[in-house]
Amino acid sequence: MTSKINTAVTRFLASRARFGPFEFAFWLAAFATIYLLPGRHLILTETAIWGLFALSLDLILGYAGIISLGHAAFFGVGAYAAGLLAKHEIIVEPSIALVCAGLLAAALGFATSFLVLRGSDLTRLMVTLGVALVCFELANRFAELTGGADGLQGVTMAPVFGAYRFDMFGHTAYVYTLVWLFVLFMLARRIVNSPFGLSLKAIKGNALRSSAIGIAVNWRLVAVYTLSAGYAGIAGGLLAQTQAFASLSMLQIDRSADVLLILIIGGTGYLYGGLIGALIYRLLQDFLSDFSARYGPYWIGLVLIMMVLFGRVYGGVLAALIIGTIIWFDLSSTTSFLLTGLSLFALGIARDWLLKWIALGEQQAAHWFHRLWTGLKLAVYKRSDHVGGA
Amino acid sequence: MSAVLETRNLDKRFGGIVAASAISIAIRKGARHALIGPNGAGKTTFVNLLTGMLRPSGGEILLDGASITNLEPHQRVRLGIARTFQINQLFADLTPIETLGLAVSERHGSGRDWWRIVGSRAGITAEVAELLERFRLVDVMTERTAILPYGKQRLLEIAVAFACRPRVLLLDEPAAGVPEAERQEILATIAALPADVTVLLIEHDMDIVFSFADRISVLVNGELFVEGPPDEVARDPRVKAVYLGEALDG
Repeated sequence: MTSKINTAVTRFLASRARFGPFEFAFWLAAFATIYLLPGRHLILTETAIWGLFALSLDLILGYAGIISLGHAAFFGVGAYAAGLLAKHEIIVEPSIALVCAGLLAAALGFATSFLVLRGSDLTRLMVTLGVALVCFELANRFAELTGGADGLQGVTMAPVFGAYRFDMFGHTAYVYTLVWLFVLFMLARRIVNSPFGLSLKAIKGNALRSSAIGIAVNWRLVAVYTLSAGYAGIAGGLLAQTQAFASLSMLQIDRSADVLLILIIGGTGYLYGGLIGALIYRLLQDFLSDFSARYGPYWIGLVLIMMVLFGRVYGGVLAALIIGTIIWFDLSSTTSFLLTGLSLFALGIARDWLLKWIALGEQQAAHWFHRLWTGLKLAVYKRSDHVGGA
Repeated sequence: MSAVLETRNLDKRFGGIVAASAISIAIRKGARHALIGPNGAGKTTFVNLLTGMLRPSGGEILLDGASITNLEPHQRVRLGIARTFQINQLFADLTPIETLGLAVSERHGSGRDWWRIVGSRAGITAEVAELLERFRLVDVMTERTAILPYGKQRLLEIAVAFACRPRVLLLDEPAAGVPEAERQEILATIAALPADVTVLLIEHDMDIVFSFADRISVLVNGELFVEGPPDEVARDPRVKAVYLGEALDG
């Protein structure tokens, strides 16, 4: 009896970490873009970097429940570190320099982790925001080192492993970024499926019980915060290396907010959320800036509000309906702002009703699907009965 | 008679309120010790002091004669004190397998192991399987804890404490709020705990206390009121006055 249960337990725990067909397809598609979308490598590089950055945030938010509005601090530190290492030819080989940039960001993460240990979500938001602001102003102040508002000029990148030059079409940069993303993703995947990773989820779920089964809660949080900062630093370093440039915008609060948006769009706590979110956000930005070049962010705001109010699927559908109406009738920007404002107001008021209807609709759909399914099964049974009887 | 867990003049004040006052108690190795007392007597405060969730204002806590007064909660768990909570403190999103797997991994010191996959060590899965069976959780082992029936959650609450292989197990009202039908299952598992585990039971229900305990301490207003074997405590007129009087009122 016990050995049977043991087998079941082993199998269940192993299945948690199994590499599924979805994941296989995802990475196959990602690597296929190297050959299939050569004209898009610049944009894809940037998207992959956003994905890695969002992945780093997922490690603390999705697994340990630490919210941050200052993750750009680590991204920016990694970016400047990678930029400076290349510019002053301190470490020439890009991948080694990148590891160093990550370690530096991790060191900053370790040092500041003790500030985020204490307090509630609100405290953490403020503290992380504060750390990012301090880093930003330091980079601004020490312009002789960082280039200040002009950014870090004159970075020239050596070839990867001394063999692969960064070309102007960004092919090398994309492969380089994608390989880093893949390696770091697989490492993160391994970590979150380990006892350590499980203990993070436990701490997020219930810190009191976690300490009551012998988990040193604070040290685990310090560890994952440091790791996450290192990941963010590598993402920043990749951006600096692939663009041969680092600037204050890489430390800016906008970047911290964007990465949070990306992660929320893609979903937290399963690692792919950051990557999928980055892709969706990129496509959304492209589409919306085509649709209205001047007011792109306005429409992104609309989509976000809808997604938060009605969930990813229905929110997306509602936003698409509004934007579709505007395109269909070719409304002027004033009219469309008015229309959007009114729709937001109406949807805000009617939200609970709508959600109730949606839930009812889903139930009905499930019901009919179930009836259809059992009907089909019955038909098959009757047939086989008939055959058996004859 | 060797005491495994002992307190000496343990005090706890919250501002002007005295929640524990000079409590000196010695819990014998292998005992089935019950701590009873009316509402607000300071029973849960006492458990919180023993497990390190609260720091005492004065006094000492000794485990096997060594002071653990200033240790963190997780350090005390590693030394062998585990507890259940009066209100379930579980991991809502994890399954019983994961919850127990985590507790067992932590005890084996592999909680900091970030490379191996959970459950890749045979010793750990075997132990989890044994715990699931002992605490009658096999039928729900792959369900999320949040959707388990309350009685099963209560069993998991005890199982996860037991998974720490405590030498002293503190049970804070283990059957509180459990429907009658599921109650027997919990009492049976508690009765079947191995004899070498010392148990301190905090309980309101006198039936449970008198069927389980071999020694009873009565706590009133943060003070140790009476201590002795069950029949002695039951006969004590002061206990009747304080405890049963309160029970009748409340």
